[in-house]
Amino acid sequence: MILTAPLAALGRMTLALLAATGRIALFAAAIVSHIFRPPFYPREFGQALMQIGWFSLPVVGLTAVFTGGALALQIYSGGARFNAEAVVPSIVAIGMVRELGPVLGGLMVAARVASSIAAEIGTMKVTEQIDALVTLSTNPLKYLAVPRVLAATLAVPVLVAVGDAIGIAGGWMVGVQRLGFNSATYLQNTADFLEVWDVTSGQWKGAAFGFIVAVMGCYHGMNSGRGAQGVGAATKAAVVGASVLILAANYLLTEVFFSA
Amino acid sequence: MITLSGVHKSFGPNRVLRGVDLTIAKGESMVIIGGSGTGKSVLLKSVLGLVTPDAGSITLDGQDVTKGDRDAFLARFGMLFQGGALFDSLKVWENVAFRLLRGTMARPKAEAREIAIEKLRRVGLKPETADLFPAELSGGMQKRVGLARAIAASPEIIFFDEPTTGLDPIMSGVINDLIREIVVEMGATAMTITHDMSSVRAIADKVAMLHDGLIRWTGPVGEMDATPDPYVQQFIHGRATGPIAAVR
Repeated sequence: MILTAPLAALGRMTLALLAATGRIALFAAAIVSHIFRPPFYPREFGQALMQIGWFSLPVVGLTAVFTGGALALQIYSGGARFNAEAVVPSIVAIGMVRELGPVLGGLMVAARVASSIAAEIGTMKVTEQIDALVTLSTNPLKYLAVPRVLAATLAVPVLVAVGDAIGIAGGWMVGVQRLGFNSATYLQNTADFLEVWDVTSGQWKGAAFGFIVAVMGCYHGMNSGRGAQGVGAATKAAVVGASVLILAANYLLTEVFFSA
Repeated sequence: MITLSGVHKSFGPNRVLRGVDLTIAKGESMVIIGGSGTGKSVLLKSVLGLVTPDAGSITLDGQDVTKGDRDAFLARFGMLFQGGALFDSLKVWENVAFRLLRGTMARPKAEAREIAIEKLRRVGLKPETADLFPAELSGGMQKRVGLARAIAASPEIIFFDEPTTGLDPIMSGVINDLIREIVVEMGATAMTITHDMSSVRAIADKVAMLHDGLIRWTGPVGEMDATPDPYVQQFIHGRATGPIAAVR
């Protein structure tokens, strides 16, 4: 009994995880199936686009500029061990657009957006606003989730693109001001080694991460427990779930995009 | 006519409804009374399809409420929620005109706004209230806005979930009178759940008492005080002793 108890607990956890994965997958599929079917809610979509895209710009930009700068310093000091300091511009650019831009941008959006969506929808559930939507002949999934998921899927790639540019600019600033690179040479190296697919792969990742963030926010909000504690737990689960899924999806997409 | 037959609903081991039978005639104002946690809200939400019963049937004019065109079914209803359930992100008039701005009942924005302001006036709110957000309103005003939203699309059936909870006695009286006036004026069928006896006397044509998942007594409001039913007597007089356990 004592020996099998941990195994039983592990089994229960695995089953619970699989069940939750199934529920989230069905929820996401239901959202996708509603995207192209009327009625459409353009006003709610526009508001979500502003909330998720425009208002996330400062946090994504700040994350990118500091990451780009730190990356330049790290690559310079690491590269110095085998006289490869010159690779700083190209590695900063590739690192930002392929990995750090989408992943850190996605994680920052997860922290900011998944939490706010889950808290907002969770509060709506607790205060019976979701029931009110149903009685007003409005499908809550269509009215609340679809605009947010669509907006996040479209906005995060744009945020990633802006973050990429700011991150590269951060690397350039440190490279020129701190590490003594020539400004024109730095920019030339960046442009020479960067390929179109490096950039577009990051955009695809951004779209996937945006989808994950909004789906997790909506799912946990709509399944929030009662009271402040329930909403708090839903918010935490949305952020943790979105962050873990972003990292897992990043690995899978990197395998798909770049494995030889 | 709304008919509930043998409606059962459990949440895990908690058997909330244990075979509810109830009929609400067209144009009648039925008030369901009962203590907190006796399943009044679950009963009301079951009729609307917000909660799915485990067993039994609920029909509206002979048609099973779980079958048929859901939008058409819900278009016949208006509901005032306990806490108002107003949408925080929308202005007051957009809350009231919600149904009139979307879906099959959609109208031009200016017309929907005009109707919303008219409904706000009907519940005693000034037109200036229309452009405020729900968070800027007092509890009583939020209830009135909720009431205006419930009647905005002129529904045939209106549900009121604890309409006076959280209001002072004067505001409760105002809301009760408004509900009665509106229901009579519209000729609507009304179903109200409450444990506020002043609401019962002001709103009801008929009263049903729900206790322990069953309808214990039902009859005209005029017969309520005279009924010998010990459950009803304990409840309407607010006695701590009797067949209803004070600690539940």
